[in-house]
Amino acid sequence: MKKRLFLLLSLILVLGLLAGCSSKAPAEEGEAGAAAGDGIKIGVNYEKSGEVATYGQASIDGIQMAIDEINAAGGVLGQQVELLIQDNKSDPGEAYSIATKLMTQEGVVACLGPATSGSFKATIPAATQNQVPIISASATADKEVTTDKDGNVNEYVFRLCFNDSFQGVTMANFALNNLKAKSAVIYQDQSSDYAIGLAENFKKTFTEAGGTIVAEAAFVAKDKDFKATLTGFKDKKFDVIFLPGYYSEAGLVIKQARELGISAPILGADGFDSPVLKELAGPQALNNVYFSNHYSSLDQDPAVIKFIEDFKAKFGTEPNAFHALGYDLGKYIVDAVARAGAADAQKVTEALASTVDFKGITGTFSMGEDHNPIKSIVVIGLENGDQKTTVRVDP
Amino acid sequence: MDQFLQQMINAVSLGSIYALIALGYTMVYGIIKLINFAHGDVYMIGAYIGFAATTYFHLGFFVALILAMTICSILGVVIERVAYKPLRNSTRIAALITAIGVSLLLEYVMMFFVGAEVRSYPPLLSDKLIQLGPVQIGVQQIYIILISVALMVLLQFIVHRTRTGKAMRAVSTDADAAQLMGIRVDRTISYTFAIGSAFAGAAGVLVGIYYNSIDPLMGIMPGLKAFVAAVFGGIGSIPGAMIGGLSIGLLETLVSGYGNSMYRDAVVFAFLILILIIKPTGLLGKNIREKV
Repeated sequence: MKKRLFLLLSLILVLGLLAGCSSKAPAEEGEAGAAAGDGIKIGVNYEKSGEVATYGQASIDGIQMAIDEINAAGGVLGQQVELLIQDNKSDPGEAYSIATKLMTQEGVVACLGPATSGSFKATIPAATQNQVPIISASATADKEVTTDKDGNVNEYVFRLCFNDSFQGVTMANFALNNLKAKSAVIYQDQSSDYAIGLAENFKKTFTEAGGTIVAEAAFVAKDKDFKATLTGFKDKKFDVIFLPGYYSEAGLVIKQARELGISAPILGADGFDSPVLKELAGPQALNNVYFSNHYSSLDQDPAVIKFIEDFKAKFGTEPNAFHALGYDLGKYIVDAVARAGAADAQKVTEALASTVDFKGITGTFSMGEDHNPIKSIVVIGLENGDQKTTVRVDP
Repeated sequence: MDQFLQQMINAVSLGSIYALIALGYTMVYGIIKLINFAHGDVYMIGAYIGFAATTYFHLGFFVALILAMTICSILGVVIERVAYKPLRNSTRIAALITAIGVSLLLEYVMMFFVGAEVRSYPPLLSDKLIQLGPVQIGVQQIYIILISVALMVLLQFIVHRTRTGKAMRAVSTDADAAQLMGIRVDRTISYTFAIGSAFAGAAGVLVGIYYNSIDPLMGIMPGLKAFVAAVFGGIGSIPGAMIGGLSIGLLETLVSGYGNSMYRDAVVFAFLILILIIKPTGLLGKNIREKV
């Protein structure tokens, strides 16, 4: 009897889980926007579900907003732009098959996305094989994105964000020039390539300019207690702490450092860009904290102000960096199609590679020879957890 | 020297938390010879109960703490009744694998309901620092240490001065003989799970406030380290778990403070291997020969 009850209960549990899953399964959005027909087709291969769904959805919102504006103004080359939005479920394998499908079956002129470096890299073989360009607005990994492992440029791969190591260089220059720092402590996340690359480049730039690194220590993702290491820093003399890592650990490090009475400026990179940072560290700890980013909502550029207003009117929230990068990506691909003069993947690729002074929300850039953009970077300063100051650092 | 004293304060607050979790491991092992790997996840559930109580119901610190302890003790009893009791007479390995299964079940059911992202507690306790001569101690650290000490004193009282405690000691010495003497073994085992899980729940809330960051997989590492602490102190021994917890806290702090923080976890687990080789019964463990 008991066994039967147990079986029944487990069955109910399993069914419950299944029902939960299916109700959450993402609805395939399919073709959005303009009517089918002779429109210019652009593939959108992003993470609408899975671990990094917030990145993917924000990028899509930005792209959609840009394309809606273009279509409302008459489209490009006399045609409407049609977005084919697909969900790669934050899975590199899925991203590859979607890219292949969009290129071979739908005949897109270009594929946008995915948002993260891992998935974006997975779609490179599809682009090379089908000779259709792929562009990501947020794949910032240093190695093997726009170039292969021997350093040769991947002809059909582009991005319009700077790479990770460039942020390390910028923050070192910011510490030296803006904060007049002469000595620094590096406390890095040893479990991500992102943070390791940032730390290497910060160290190189900082020491070459005459600064000294007085201490180096590391942590790994999911650590919670940093007090012992931070107490070790306390007795040393230093001007700044460089903390490359993501917000989930950085927030705790900042909180515990301030609790121990360490008041030196803390510098980081775009991994700090999340509202969760403020929740974890608490607003009073987030003073004298600076991080580099692609875009700042405090930018006084009229184009940025208009973008923020339009975005708020459409979505009811403040745009973040992914929204801004997505918006730039939408505008950028259409600009390339217009310059190519035809909806032809090869001509669009050439137009992308020869971009000069494209004006976007995240800065004006030209496409470098290695298919990385040459663009300025924004350093944001926090006061009581809010973004208060911005400095634009040119390349 | 000042820095050393400061590190000792860090070590004691970290060690108290390990000790609270280690107590649950050691009590359960003492009574049914099972390493309850789901214990770290009960600690995680405790942290989430405290989070829900303070964030959504705006309850105060002590109410949230007691609520988390109560719900965790019920959860501990339910886990024991559903997952371990049917296996009481099967092989030890079957029970151990079930414990790992329960652990994964709790982690991923929780992830399904609350999502994988990190959450933070609302500010509950003052984060002021008190200057004690050359060192600083946070109000939150004082709370952690005092509550841990209070709970441990309470546990010693329960085990040595109450009928339930007497029954627990009897069952732990010889379950069959205890049953023949009229002790209700099942009920005593449930009490043990309830008390151990309540302690884990308390540790969960304290950690949630102290580190201000909780997630569904937060129980894995502290759970394993508390297990090391329990083994070090002598698994089955309650004072051993306290000493073990504080020692592991001290060891971790010294490694990250004076050595390289990257080796912290490696040192803790190397320590486990050393204990198992040199003194498998731990510091205060009794050397009992297996009865055949």
